[in-house]
Amino acid sequence: MNNDRTEGAPEVGPGEPGGSGDSVETVILPHMRVELALHRLSEGGRRGRALLLLHGLGEATPSRIPSWAELWPGPVWGLDFTGHGSSTVPRGGGYTPEVLMSDADAALGHLGEATLAGRGLGAYVALQLAGARPREVRGAVLADGPGFYGGGVGPADPMLVELSVPGSPHSPDPWALVELAHDIRPADYAGDFVRQAAHLSGLEQPVTVCASGRPKWLAGILEDVSVKVLDPRRPAEALRILERHGDTGFDTSDATAMVLRAALAAYID
Amino acid sequence: MSGQADEIAEVLAAVEGVRAPDRRRRVTADGIDLAVIEWGAEDAPPLMLAHGGFDFAATFSRFGPLLAEGGYRVVAWDQRGHGDSAWAFSSTWDSDLRDAVAVIRSTSDRPAVFVGHSKGGGLLTTLAGCRPDLCSALVNLDGLPSKRPHPDVADHERTRMLADDLAGWLDHRRRARELERRPGTLDELAARRGRMNPRLPMEWLRFLVTVGARHDSEGWRWKLDPALRFGGFGPWRPEWMLYRLAGVTPPFLGVLGLVQEEMGWGTTPEDLEGRLPPGGRLVTLPDTGHFVHIERPVEVAGLVLEFLGEVL
Repeated sequence: MNNDRTEGAPEVGPGEPGGSGDSVETVILPHMRVELALHRLSEGGRRGRALLLLHGLGEATPSRIPSWAELWPGPVWGLDFTGHGSSTVPRGGGYTPEVLMSDADAALGHLGEATLAGRGLGAYVALQLAGARPREVRGAVLADGPGFYGGGVGPADPMLVELSVPGSPHSPDPWALVELAHDIRPADYAGDFVRQAAHLSGLEQPVTVCASGRPKWLAGILEDVSVKVLDPRRPAEALRILERHGDTGFDTSDATAMVLRAALAAYID
Repeated sequence: MSGQADEIAEVLAAVEGVRAPDRRRRVTADGIDLAVIEWGAEDAPPLMLAHGGFDFAATFSRFGPLLAEGGYRVVAWDQRGHGDSAWAFSSTWDSDLRDAVAVIRSTSDRPAVFVGHSKGGGLLTTLAGCRPDLCSALVNLDGLPSKRPHPDVADHERTRMLADDLAGWLDHRRRARELERRPGTLDELAARRGRMNPRLPMEWLRFLVTVGARHDSEGWRWKLDPALRFGGFGPWRPEWMLYRLAGVTPPFLGVLGLVQEEMGWGTTPEDLEGRLPPGGRLVTLPDTGHFVHIERPVEVAGLVLEFLGEVL
């Protein structure tokens, strides 16, 4: 993208929510009416396909690369969604997962191909983008996190809340917190994205579920043969995958991190 | 400049009964600046008039004054991304509903009559359903739901998701920052609009340009957020609105034009059997397309005023 501009890491201490103290680079992506902050988290690994982390509702890109992503041979990036982290907090709300999918697509446009790892709401967005850009998304890993459940699978009454937000817009945007905790996610709608990823990506299993939570939209896709399920409560398959990759640098007592690590290992070319 | 003024004067002379708003004001809804126009006495009972997608408040320049002459304070507003209102980061059904509530609150503490066309009809039907305290009576002009997709409600239409639909939407959003509405002469814009509204007479299409477009050094451009796009995809299913219709509390009148058009919602009287709220009425207009209030302004305003005279 010609409009991209690179800035130094913001002056935020390591580990602070929304901060990027350890990120080595932050790229500002002008997109629609906002500017999106795309943080590169890994020092090395500039070659190879990117791993793009998509945070959960109310979160931001972590300040350090998660331990389970350290095995990734290419660069590791994290996107702050609109209204989150260092990205623009717009006025007037209007958030949907589809709008955030478009945010992630802007990051994909910058990175070229990428494997996605999403937490909570970011997991749902990763699933959508895997279906919408099946040739550019080389695997989507879905993990538990804030905003994983949404507002159910069927018709709901409108959210007619009136928020009084004092001062200038701040992150996370209260409108995002309200609207993205109540959006509707029909199971067959989620299934459409899976089918599209399966038919067009060329990957045998373009989606890997590493979550122990079971939102209704997710339950509808678990039986699909193109969805790999690595349940942290039953990590045996994850162990086998890691052994196959000769990976021993993990903590077997941390089943959640282990299945995420295994899911990523399976998407390394 | 005088040439442009002459052109506008010529256009206005050709359309019957249109009237400039009696008042113009601005309302800020969650930081979004909305343009509001009004016809009628300020102390008259409020009547909120909601336009459809890719339309604007001034579309009611004939119909609104007719309702005002019936004794109402008619309040219409440009929805976000439309007309003279701000282009927001995003617009969704819920954000449009919140904007509507902000305009209503800025108008009166009294319950208002809701009259909406197309997407505006769907919006106000939804609002009357979930905020009956704000609404004294509801009129829906060819914005009655069915199982068919609604072309002007992009965020809530659920189509068969094909790769091209999704990629096309994302591609559009990647480009949207650089997009502008294409400039043209008044007649070129009227002709473009005519492709969407083939039943509207040319003098009306030309009039809509003068109120729905702005003139700059390159010509006329529609005052529509270039990020807005027809069609689309999403989790919402059109029939969900249909399920809600029967539960609407205020007195209800639906008006359907029976000639199907590209901009219309394609709903038939049969789709609505058993779906109206108790006491709800449905009037069908033969030989009339989607823009019932432009094609038959006097007749439709008469229907609305007669209905309101009976139920209020």
